[in-house]
Amino acid sequence: MKRNDGRAPEELRKMEAKTGIIKRADGSAMFRIGETIAYAAVYGPRELHPKFMQNPEKGLLRCNYNMMAFSGSGDRVRPSANRRSREISMVIEKALEPVLDLTAYPNAVIDIFIELVQTDAGTRCAGICAAAMALADAGIPMKDLVSALSVGYLRNEIVVDINGEEDMNEGATDIAFACLPITGEVSLLQVDGEIKKDVLLKALDKAKEAAMKIAEVQRKALKERYHDKHDA
Amino acid sequence: MTSMMHDHITALLQKEMREDGRKPLEYRKPIKVEYDISPKSAEGSARVTIGETIVVAGVKLEVGAPFPDSQDEGNIMVNVELTPLSNPEYELGPPSVVAIEYARVVDRALREGHALDTKKLCIKEGEKVWTVIVDLYPINDAGNLFDAFSLAALAALKNANFPTFDKKTEKIDYKKKTKTPLPLDKSPLEVTVIKINGTLMVDPTIEEWKSVDARLTVGVLENGVICAMQKGGPKALTMEDISKMVDIAVEHTAKLRKLL
Repeated sequence: MKRNDGRAPEELRKMEAKTGIIKRADGSAMFRIGETIAYAAVYGPRELHPKFMQNPEKGLLRCNYNMMAFSGSGDRVRPSANRRSREISMVIEKALEPVLDLTAYPNAVIDIFIELVQTDAGTRCAGICAAAMALADAGIPMKDLVSALSVGYLRNEIVVDINGEEDMNEGATDIAFACLPITGEVSLLQVDGEIKKDVLLKALDKAKEAAMKIAEVQRKALKERYHDKHDA
Repeated sequence: MTSMMHDHITALLQKEMREDGRKPLEYRKPIKVEYDISPKSAEGSARVTIGETIVVAGVKLEVGAPFPDSQDEGNIMVNVELTPLSNPEYELGPPSVVAIEYARVVDRALREGHALDTKKLCIKEGEKVWTVIVDLYPINDAGNLFDAFSLAALAALKNANFPTFDKKTEKIDYKKKTKTPLPLDKSPLEVTVIKINGTLMVDPTIEEWKSVDARLTVGVLENGVICAMQKGGPKALTMEDISKMVDIAVEHTAKLRKLL
């Protein structure tokens, strides 16, 4: 089967990753996959306000996902949070939390802000990739990275990293997936569409394989930051 | 803390020095404009870098009914969102008055400087006109967002092309961009001049911005004519100050315009 952009079924779109791009933040990163571009900034651990939300046993991981008004595929996206972006923010938090030890930050918050400059499907996954790199860039101890992508089931075939056309117009079953590359544990799983169990399990295997390639790109970007001393 | 920084900044200024080693009327480096940072989704887009400050701008077009008092003219709208990603002091939520001022001041120069020929944004008089929306976001706020936003807005407008509009179905096909650029007639650009302890300066850092006695944003056209102004800050300006500040703005807008 030919995909609309000529890729092989298990081929990821071209990726680009950079860290330390936002100097005011404690940690930051950019992750691009195909035409989807995500920026992430980490602030904290810092004191949590309002105070009644503070928890002396455990810090809070708080994430905000936002599409810039001009980043959609059609009409302008109206600014401010909607139901979609709220849910996505929440699942991103849950995708990242397993690699952190939040008990180390009583009464504090780690804020992650994700902004999408341009979108072509897989935005939450690109956001997670950028956020994981930003957390590492902020020097927050992590058990592992988090690498994410969407896989699709399209015309009876599993395709990796679906693009907007495949998602919206070709009717692919869309699976948003994140895993910890060392252990292979899954920290994000959302399925939109019909799929049989055996196909799903195969799709998840392919997603995991692809996530390893993404992890390589993320690691390389994190290392580059400390190679290039002239950059600072 | 703020008062300590203020004392430090004013003490330096007495020696004609700034915290980062610049002269009062010197911009940070690099200053650059990059286009097409969101070419797939926005009709036009740009990123502006001034020193460590980075902002992005995107232009989207919509079709709607004209305003009752301008039946044969399209509209322009400017929106600023102060992303908490760009500055630890910004918070989520509805736009603050600070964000609203940025948006309105950038809007004023574009509108009153007649950047766009709004008559050319009319599709059918009294029924359908284009609305041009410029959205501005800081990525790293290291000061002087006014100048960065103004430059980015103009750059994104310059970079924008109309999408295809089907007159029969009355729908926009955003995926098919035409080769027709927006009717960008003039290039109004703003520079903000600040005054701290009697010294006039441009391109303030965050710390300098917090120590401002007074500031004046001046929108200037290519021919040096002023098209918009906004005074801010807690203290008053003398006539002499204003005259000098306008001269500084005219000089620097001409330099910045060359980057487009």
